[in-house]
Amino acid sequence: MADLKVSIGSLDLKNPVLTASGTFGYGNEFDDFIDIDVLGGIIVKGTTLEPREGNAYPRMAETPSGMLNAVGLQNKGVDVFINEIYPRIKHYNTNIIVNVSGSKIDDYIAVAEKLNSIEGIPAIELNISCPNVKTGGMAFGTSCASASEVTLAVRKAYHKTLIVKLSPNVTNISEIAKAVEDSGADSVSLINTLLGMAIDAETRRPVLSTVTGGLSGPCIKPVALRMVWQVAKAVKIPVIGLGGIMSATDAIEFILAGATAIQVGTANFIDPAVSIKIVSGINEYCERHRVSSVRDLTGSLKC
Amino acid sequence: MKKHIQDLAVISNRRLSRDYFILGLTDTNPLPEMLPGQFAEIRVDNNPEVFLRRPVSVHDVDYDGNMLYLLIKIVGKGTYSLSLLKPGDKLNMVFPLGNTFNCGNVKNVMLAGGGCGIAPMLYLARHLNNKGIHASILLGGRTSDDILEENEFKKYGQLYISTDDGSMGEKGFITMNSVLQKIQDFDRLYCCGPLPMLKAFAKLAQQNNIDCEVSLENTMACGIGACLCCVTETIDGNRCVCTDGPVFNIKQLTWQI
Repeated sequence: MADLKVSIGSLDLKNPVLTASGTFGYGNEFDDFIDIDVLGGIIVKGTTLEPREGNAYPRMAETPSGMLNAVGLQNKGVDVFINEIYPRIKHYNTNIIVNVSGSKIDDYIAVAEKLNSIEGIPAIELNISCPNVKTGGMAFGTSCASASEVTLAVRKAYHKTLIVKLSPNVTNISEIAKAVEDSGADSVSLINTLLGMAIDAETRRPVLSTVTGGLSGPCIKPVALRMVWQVAKAVKIPVIGLGGIMSATDAIEFILAGATAIQVGTANFIDPAVSIKIVSGINEYCERHRVSSVRDLTGSLKC
Repeated sequence: MKKHIQDLAVISNRRLSRDYFILGLTDTNPLPEMLPGQFAEIRVDNNPEVFLRRPVSVHDVDYDGNMLYLLIKIVGKGTYSLSLLKPGDKLNMVFPLGNTFNCGNVKNVMLAGGGCGIAPMLYLARHLNNKGIHASILLGGRTSDDILEENEFKKYGQLYISTDDGSMGEKGFITMNSVLQKIQDFDRLYCCGPLPMLKAFAKLAQQNNIDCEVSLENTMACGIGACLCCVTETIDGNRCVCTDGPVFNIKQLTWQI
């Protein structure tokens, strides 16, 4: 067995495999298929200060090797999460990380403050990259100034591990990553979905109710790999890679490009047991390549 | 109910008409219990253009023979690929998913299936028959090609048929079948089919103060309530069709009818 332990700031993971927000519910949806405790951590659904109903139907379109979604951060709000949902999942022996979303900086701060006091939640992932909400979301993540402003504000209010999830819908993601690092983030995760669109030629209408949506799945993997590689060279904080990871080999590619940990997202929809297969697959890769610690693989791309 | 992910073996693939086929599936282990109205998320392996699983309702289960039957309409590239499956092929399924029809507190019911909405009605009819509940079964479609397995349905209830072109049964929409003149006789209406049909039945049920359950179709990604893609509007806000449904009482829905 290889040493799969990695650290994200002061957060220790038993292995580098996390599940991506919005693709894994609150973990308990997957109890029938896998032992959640095997994972390095789970990142639960994007959580906002107030409950959100999300966008109108249709919210999803299948695309070549991927899918578009426009869920729009449907969630019951942070108070319901803390009082009703968290008690049902806190028994998991893995890291429960909350993805924090908002439309105003004060909202992000308020959610982060409420989560500060929850002992079993060691980290938050700040979502400044959701393309499916009208205000806030991605708007914060597409300029250095606003990404920096929201990160600084939340950093002051939140005392545990702060991960900032970056949008790929920018000209230079490394500059945003650096701005976020300088503002006190412990880690960056990337990439969120790429802004995309689907059209029904027969009806001459967009498929999604919101016209545009977020593209995910293996079709975005080459873009995600490139961005992880660029960002990992630009920042000193650990990078969490995601975007189209379907297998352990995909996960290893992100680690070689510079990721310390990875997230499994859309693949959970195709195979609800894929996340733990990726954990064992990473171990097999390390053994086959005589790598004693997965940490030695991070950024070890030969180029 | 515990959900499973497993490969089932294709035993048969029977073409019913141009657009419809029935897959017969089995496993070396006993199949898990499934309820009428539940569905499976099927992985389409033989077509690289298909990325997501396809939700398909349980058409019938034969526990003695350890067989699961899926009635599928070819509507796109995913279902077309499934239509090419041959005996001996494997099919990866996540199942059983979703809720079930409420079969309590009824003596005399009507089942209405339109087009591929016929699919879940056979297992429901068999289930009701086992409970000694009298069922009238109304099947509808554009032409006689859309009326499927009528001899199977006859085993479990009184059968009525409508086709738009009059090629089988009464001519006209399913919602205009003359059996509905006796709608007051029924304790509950169970419907599955295209949305306009479901809304028409819901309106009819509401006007006559009859309890009515509809099984909704929806594009899904995960099928287990994680992705929140397949929502429908209810009086309690947006709810996932895959986990809160696919069966909804029309009182839960916010349809303007």
